[in-house]
Parts: sequence; C-alpha cells; structure tokens
Amino acid sequence: MSELSDLYQEVILEHNKNPRNFREIADADQYADGKNPLCGDALRVYVSLDGDTVTDVAFKGSGCAISKASASMMTQAVKGKTKAEAEDIFDEFHKMVTGELDIETDENDLGKLKIFAGVLEFPARVKCASLSWHTLNAALRGEDVVSTE
Amino acid sequence: MTNWDVEKIRKDFPVLSQTVNGKPLVYLDNGASSQVPQSVIDRTSKYLAEEHSNIHRGVHYLSQHATTAYEAAREKVKRFINAPDVKECIFVRGTTEGVNLVAFSYGRKFIGEGDEILVSQMEHHSNIIPWQMIAEEKGATIRVIPMNERGELIIDEYENMLNERTKMVAVAHVSNSLGTVNPVKEMIATAHKFGVPVCVDAAQSVPHFPVDVQDLDCDFFVFSGHKMFGPTGSGVMYGKRKWLDAMPPYQTGGGMIRTVSFEKTTFAPIPDKFEAGTPAIAAGIGLGAAIDYINAIDFEAAAAYEHELLEYASERLGDIPEVKIIGTAAEKASVLSFTIEGIHPHDIGTILDQQGIAIRAGHHCAQPVMEFFDVPATARASFAFYNTREEVDKLADAVQKVIEVFA
Repeated sequence: MSELSDLYQEVILEHNKNPRNFREIADADQYADGKNPLCGDALRVYVSLDGDTVTDVAFKGSGCAISKASASMMTQAVKGKTKAEAEDIFDEFHKMVTGELDIETDENDLGKLKIFAGVLEFPARVKCASLSWHTLNAALRGEDVVSTE
Repeated sequence: MTNWDVEKIRKDFPVLSQTVNGKPLVYLDNGASSQVPQSVIDRTSKYLAEEHSNIHRGVHYLSQHATTAYEAAREKVKRFINAPDVKECIFVRGTTEGVNLVAFSYGRKFIGEGDEILVSQMEHHSNIIPWQMIAEEKGATIRVIPMNERGELIIDEYENMLNERTKMVAVAHVSNSLGTVNPVKEMIATAHKFGVPVCVDAAQSVPHFPVDVQDLDCDFFVFSGHKMFGPTGSGVMYGKRKWLDAMPPYQTGGGMIRTVSFEKTTFAPIPDKFEAGTPAIAAGIGLGAAIDYINAIDFEAAAAYEHELLEYASERLGDIPEVKIIGTAAEKASVLSFTIEGIHPHDIGTILDQQGIAIRAGHHCAQPVMEFFDVPATARASFAFYNTREEVDKLADAVQKVIEVFA
C-alpha cells in the first residue's frame, strides 16, 4: 500500500484510532457544528477562552479517518494559542491543503500538521481534512453552524 | 456461469481498458453512471459531425435529418419499454427532471389539500423532494411506505395506507442504495384498486433487466440514459396518455405551443407539450443508440450473468467477518452496499481507488435509508454486465487490505 503512504500515514491512523481531546466541554465558551453533507461527516468543536487565549479545545462527532485525525491534531495545535494565532494556523493549513502553500519552500508554522499536505493529491478528501478547521474558525467567531458545501 | 462472453462485451467499452493509479480500472460505480459503448460514442459523434441542427422547425435538409434521427430514438424508447404509443414517451434530462415533471404537472392538477402521497422509505432524494415540494404547495401530506431490516417494503402496511385521499404512489423499481427489487407490478395493481396512479423510478432497473410498462400497468415510468449505457442529459418520462393529456405543461417556451398571443396560449399535443425549448438532441440520439446496443446483446443472458456476479460478490464480501452488507432483500439487482466496522466508507473508497477500483461511498442521496440502518454512509459496489468475477475478487482482496491498513 505504498501509494497510500502520502495520505494514510501512521500518525493519521493513530490519531484516528485514539483521537485527542475527543470529548465535550460542558461549560465551553463557544462551540460550532460542522457538517459535510457529501459524506455525512458531522462534528462539534468546543472552545474555552481566557480573554483571547484558547485554554481548551475539544471535539465530538463522527467522520472518516482524515477528518477525525485532522480534528484531533488541530486541537493539539491550537491549545494555548491566541485566537489570532489559531486563525493564522488555520489560514496556513487551508493554503496547504488547497495547494497555495508549499510546505517545502514556503515559510510556515504548521509543524506536525504538515502531514496533511498529502491530501492535496486527493481532491475529494480536502474537505475532510479542513472540516474541523472551518468549524473551529466558526466557533472562534461565534458562528454556530458551518457546512463544507 | 451463464453463457455470457464478458471479455467480448468489454471490448465494446473503451473506458474499461485504461489503468487508474497504475492498476487496471475496476469500474464498480455503475449505479451512479454506467460506461458508454463505442457504438453510442460513434452515433453521437456522427450526429455532431454530420447531422446537427435544431429539430422540429427548420425546413432545410439538416433540420429535417436531425428531427428524423431524434424521433427515431423516441420510437426506440417506445419499443424498449413497450409503451403503447410513442407520443407517451417524453424526453427529459434524466430521472430527476422526469420526477419533477410528474410531481409538479400532475400535482398541480390532481393533488389538493388533505390529499396524501405515498413514497417508500428507500427512495432516492429525487423521488422524495419533488413530492414534498408539491405537497407543501398544496397542503397535502407525504406518507412513507415502511421497510423491514432486510430492506424490503412491508407490503401489508402499504396496502393499509391506501385510501380515498391517496393521490399518488411514488416508488423505486430498484433501490439505488440497497439494490432491492420492489414488487412494483403488485403494488400498482393494489393502488389501481383505489384508483391511485403510480410513478415508478426506474433509473436503477432499466440497465439491469427488461421492462414492460404495459405489463406493469404503471402510470408513469421515469429513467435516465446515462445509467443505461447512454449519454448524460438523456432520459425518459413515460406517462399514460390519459394523464398526460390532462396535465398542464411543466416548462413553457418554444416548441410546445399551438398558438400564442398576449391574451392566451394553447399548447401542442403530447409529447411536444412537455418538451419546451431545444432538447439535448445528441444525447437523445445517443440514448437511441444505447437501446440499439442493449437490443443487440442478449439482455436476458446479461441480466442472468449480472445476477450471478452480484451473488458471488455478496458471498465474497459476506465471508469477511468485519464486513456488514446493508440491504439483504430476497430480490436484488446490481447493488452491493456495505460497511466495515470502525472504518468510514470514504476511507474505504479512497483506498479502493488507489487499487484502481471505483466504488461509491456516501449516503447515495438516500439519507432516510442511512438513518434507518443507523449508518452515516455506506460503500457501494454496483455492477454491470461488463464486470467480471476477477474484478469481484479484486474488490474482496482490496476490502481485506482496507481492514489491514486500519487494524
């Protein structure tokens, strides 16, 4: 299955199996629902804030391995960041999966999230990787529903 | 296996001989759209290269030629479904447009406040939403014919649902998400006891076995060309003349009138009344060529072969403990929907695609079916008479690999 290594890397499979921060935050300051009507993926992203800082972020829902792993790694990436920093990462992530940012040549702060660059080769799956990020973005902006369509 | 020379048939379909991701293409998404034989490609190209003009209006050579070719295709449709009259065969863009036509045209005339429309639990969205729209407009109610856990309609309950308020039964001949072949002939006979017309969504039946609208005695019968080896943009809405004559036009414009003044317009007789504007001429002629192709092969043998293929695939996938087959009706055609515990169908679809295997993953425009079986989506392999046992083996092996990747 070498040809799949770009997408289904060990790290992604592992996050799919054991997603981090896969829980509700009962007293979340904000949350938003994300849906991908194409495949039925649905998740809710919860955010706790202290001023402008994301003190806690978690998600619940169902989806494919790519969307689940992406959500899981997103929560790790933005916890402790300010809203503006989180939005910057979202912006870079979005550019990476849509081909506007080349992780080899363009400067970026994506770190571990670079693993999702492989999704670019799978156009039908770009929305899977970006659903949780759009949902987080909506939660941070105080919007309650986001759809990939 | 049935006497069916699949290797010879495969040569008729140029798309099948390519490789995808370095692997020979295994095309198992026929329920979404079937592939096109060379004869259909040639006929459509010839029309575009040599015969193209607008139909039904020019007095010049090309227009008359195009009109003749287009109307010849309609005649082929009539014989293909055994319609009593060629005028009862209305060309549409596909099944979706056909159902919308019936729902809005029939509905505006014959459905009123407090009336009921029966649709089945396994319908494609395109045989639900048009009825919901007209029901909302008219103050009518949608009632749902239930199914059992095998994905078979519960006919006793259906019979109890029919009453004097029922104005339409809309049901799939074959379910696109489950493969169930519904007993539409019996359902139609029952509906007719109450004077209720029946609209059959035949999108998934016409590619798989011979049909006869007179034998079924259906009031409306709608299907797409692109699922029966023809081009996209072609399709047919057959309706009994008694309904079509009484129904108002669905779309209006050129080609469907008798006289027009600013005070009043009178409409052309069928089929023109329902064919406003310039149609998809090349697609219609291509559909005629697809029917020629089906007539030229032994369609009964093709159906029998395909059925054996479906049974073999059900066996092979059924033998994999992690696989759950969704839709296990006694009568099935073409479709094998399945899930794998803990693995999302989209991941299955992507990994299979890397093996060159094209399947559909998703809700198949049948969200109520997904809800019934409590799954967000399924993976669906759907077969045609050009698929092979070796392809089924590849599917089963690839599914096994999916399970290994996610182990």
